Amino acid sequence: MLRAALPLLALPLVGAAEEPPQKSGSPGEPPPGLALFRWQWHEVEAPYLVALWILVASLAKIVFHLSRKVTSLVPESCLLILLGLVLGGIVLAVAKKAEYQLEPGTFFLFLLPPIVLDSGYFMPSRLFFDNLGAILTYAVVGTLWNAFTTGAALWGLQQAGLVAPRVQAGFLDFLLFGSLISAVDPVAVLAVFEEVHVNETLFIIVFGESLLNDAVTVVLYKVCNSFVEMGSANVQATDYLKGVASLFVVSLGGAAVGLVFAFLLALTTRFTKRVRIIEPLLVFLLAYAAYLTAEMASLSAILAVTMCGLGCKKYVEANISHKSRTAVKYTMKTLASCAETVIFMLLGISAVDSSKWAWDSGLVLGTLVFILFFRALGVVLQTWVLNQFRLVPLDKIDQVVMSYGGLRGAVAFALVILLDRTKVPAKDYFVATTIVVVFFTVIVQGLTIKPLVKWLKVKRSEHHKPTLNQELHEHTFDHILAAVEDVVGHHGYHYWRDRWEQFDKKYLSQLLMRRSAYRIRDQIWDVYYRLNIRDAISFVDQGGHVLSSAGLTLPSMPSRNSVAETSVTNLLRESGSGACLDLQVIDTVRSGRDREDAVMHHLLCGGLYKPRRRYKASCSRHYISEDAQERQDKEIFQQNMKRRLESFKSTKHNICFTKSKPRLRKTGRRKKDGVANAEATNGKPPRDLGFQDTAAVILTVESDKEEESDSSETEKEDDEGIIFVARATSEVLQEGKVSGSLEVCPSPRIIPPSPTCAEKELPWKSGHGDLAVYVSSETTKIVPVDMQTGWNQSISSLESLASPPCTQAPTLTRLPPHPLGAEEPQAPLHLPSDPRPSFAFPPSLAKAGRSHSESSADIPQQQELQPLMGHKNRTHLSPGTANSHWCIPFNRGGRL
Amino acid sequence: MGSLSSRAAVIPDVDSIRRETGFSQACLLHLHHRFQALDRDKKGYLSRMDLQQIGALAVNPLGDRIIDSFFPDRSQRVDFSGFVRVLAHFRPTEEEDSEIRDPKKPEPLNSRMNKLRFAFQLYDLDGDGKISWQEMLQVLWLMVGVQVTEEQLESITDRTLQEADEDEDGAVSFLEFAKSLEKMNVEQKMSIRILK
Repeated sequence: MLRAALPLLALPLVGAAEEPPQKSGSPGEPPPGLALFRWQWHEVEAPYLVALWILVASLAKIVFHLSRKVTSLVPESCLLILLGLVLGGIVLAVAKKAEYQLEPGTFFLFLLPPIVLDSGYFMPSRLFFDNLGAILTYAVVGTLWNAFTTGAALWGLQQAGLVAPRVQAGFLDFLLFGSLISAVDPVAVLAVFEEVHVNETLFIIVFGESLLNDAVTVVLYKVCNSFVEMGSANVQATDYLKGVASLFVVSLGGAAVGLVFAFLLALTTRFTKRVRIIEPLLVFLLAYAAYLTAEMASLSAILAVTMCGLGCKKYVEANISHKSRTAVKYTMKTLASCAETVIFMLLGISAVDSSKWAWDSGLVLGTLVFILFFRALGVVLQTWVLNQFRLVPLDKIDQVVMSYGGLRGAVAFALVILLDRTKVPAKDYFVATTIVVVFFTVIVQGLTIKPLVKWLKVKRSEHHKPTLNQELHEHTFDHILAAVEDVVGHHGYHYWRDRWEQFDKKYLSQLLMRRSAYRIRDQIWDVYYRLNIRDAISFVDQGGHVLSSAGLTLPSMPSRNSVAETSVTNLLRESGSGACLDLQVIDTVRSGRDREDAVMHHLLCGGLYKPRRRYKASCSRHYISEDAQERQDKEIFQQNMKRRLESFKSTKHNICFTKSKPRLRKTGRRKKDGVANAEATNGKPPRDLGFQDTAAVILTVESDKEEESDSSETEKEDDEGIIFVARATSEVLQEGKVSGSLEVCPSPRIIPPSPTCAEKELPWKSGHGDLAVYVSSETTKIVPVDMQTGWNQSISSLESLASPPCTQAPTLTRLPPHPLGAEEPQAPLHLPSDPRPSFAFPPSLAKAGRSHSESSADIPQQQELQPLMGHKNRTHLSPGTANSHWCIPFNRGGRL
Repeated sequence: MGSLSSRAAVIPDVDSIRRETGFSQACLLHLHHRFQALDRDKKGYLSRMDLQQIGALAVNPLGDRIIDSFFPDRSQRVDFSGFVRVLAHFRPTEEEDSEIRDPKKPEPLNSRMNKLRFAFQLYDLDGDGKISWQEMLQVLWLMVGVQVTEEQLESITDRTLQEADEDEDGAVSFLEFAKSLEKMNVEQKMSIRILK
């Protein structure tokens, strides 16, 4: 706190110290020569002070949050108010007069809009509209009730002689005071409730009320104020009517202004494709314009901004770029948090100024009691009525929290400051009372509401990750309910919501969203996309982690351990590496190192993914190079779509396997890209018909392993980067499977009768066969077989894998002449009758190895795959199905 | 009240229907009124055509399936009790219902499980107790619409299916379906307030 106070201390001192010399220096004396150093405080004073205050507030926030204990117990708003009190005291002591107070003008024009915009923009709209009835009731009826009862009760208190006679106020004055003190304050509610985490329904009701009651507050305040200014004698019946009418004008007008600006905003962002950089600015500008317009027309500005944020969000989010979305989000949150901090701090400072207020215990205590009592009473009464209509009634605990959560805040304070002392003689008393009420609600209630919520066991909000199923079913439920309402013939909420959605889809979205955004605008798709992005990110994170640890231990291969997946490969390596001195035998024995290296490559592929795209840079003020980010997102998304599909089922598997599985096909394709880059997509290359069978067989194996089809396959073609040719992971997988199945159920069922399945068990062969296709079809090109074998050989002969391209290059030139070399290692594999010798490590080892990856869960999978595979084979062998997307049809065929 | 009960007498087997569905008398009357309004030819039952007349249902992506659910076992007509029985799924669940419920009695139609079952059978077109890949694709197609490409839709289907498919048989059984929704407040989301 002290640290935060320092700059403040400096301010008045600086001002005082520097003023005299400047003033005395300038008028009489001739203009001095070129000064090396000039102090021009006055030129920068105003913005400097603003910046400093915000800095103080931010530093204070940092200090508060240094201790988790404090912030978990005490809401930030309380701390800020207390800090403000201290700072105000210091300012008062130093400058001998109260300065830097919360000015209503500043508050309403600058501090309030960001908070309201933030809350409106990020309002969960579905929840809001689901509870709109309750929110409106509390906001309108509740506020009116509070205002009138509090005002009347205070007047009664005065009549009873409990308020000192020096408080000169009539009934209208009290009514005016009641109207400004009755409104629940959005800033205070938000500050406190965000930390409490009550369930969403409760939150949205209290918070929505605090936002929407602004219209009522504004109207009541203005009406009462003008009545007071006119004098109660001059008020006529038509004025009351006008007052009631103005309620509708102000609220509906404010909402209309907000919606108009929301429409404009959405429409504008539709055309910002080439000037992405101003998108966030547009959001803020138009929302602020909505606020100012409403304020100008003396409509409810809060309502306008809330509606603007609420209405535009869907379309704006769809239209603006990903980066702009992030920018909007962060800027909005920053501004709101900043404004909130400053408001509470200034509130504390303002309270110090004793010249503004006058104390009357009767009034203060009476007000405190009345606002609490009438709030509670109002909530209970309204809830009782509402529960007659609500599907989910609000229970007693909810009502307690709602009554207790009725916090008053800066709005009330700003309004009371705005009162005219000549018209309202009791202003000073009202100011004091308002300060006490605000402090009491924010500090006492803010402090106690958390324990209260805990003690009452209020249903907390639960955060669970969205799943596609939930999203889908929620949608169907909505449609079902709408349909049932149709059948019943009752046009209720679901009916209108359905109608609205259809209207929105048909006209509004088409009008307000750019076409590309409209096409993929769907919530289910959104969830899907987000899930994939999230997985991709977590994958990259994990991949990076594993990579680094594995990479570090790489040079010292024999002594590696620790990482989960390396221990698997370690086991496998131990079983095989002893024999892999002969280069020719390597493929059959499949040294563990091969696999390890393959794993490494896959990790590298994943881990290096991000930096690989980073080289794209652009420096334009009008255009941030979107490509880098978006393309990366897209790539990760696409890559991950595939990975997710494949890995989802095998959640029990080791992360290494889930990752390496999809890699398999990718590497396969990359190989092709690298070698025969004339081929645009996987299926397109012209194949020799004679070899098509082999191709089919091999591909079946692959798709079999992958379980699920991948629709984004073709899209992936654009990423050819590091060409790692290592298929060993598939082997690891396969071996794991086979050995496990051998161990658990050694029946010959696993041993496939067909040669294709033999290949499946011995994936190296499939790898070669795969390549053999290309050998035949593209004889003029470099033969990938060599890359494969050459790679393996070089890997096994070299200790490090630091330079894969170098090791590849010589083998590429060397090996083409004898494609037989590729056949040789296959020879032993052609003995499918007993493949066990090649995996002849002890069962215990196999078990240990498998314990990481796929335990018995694999066996059903394997079983289930057998018929599937056969089916696929058949479909595949028919020549007609060898189309560009052959993988997908197979899986379809298998599943359907 | 007297007029209510006398009007309720118009409804055939009003008491047994009430016992089965738990609807209030007023609600049953309202539904009967609606039933008669839908039954244009006063034939005493509803045909598919009658329900298809409802304009908004035609644009509802699940409209056809909902209509089908009124006609179990390929029947062509539904009488009032059948009509009400389907709608009873959407009666709000009261907490007392589940607590004081007699264990011997059959589960009320508006229980969580029955609500889920109703939704499930909308997905499960062939009635084999499982949502197959194809069925899921169709539902997703209805829900997502034509905005995404077929491939994207297929991958969403894959993902959705995998998410729910716990025994990895490539289809979602009812238990898996219920499990995937266990965090959702189905009682609330599958209820309509006026059907008390």
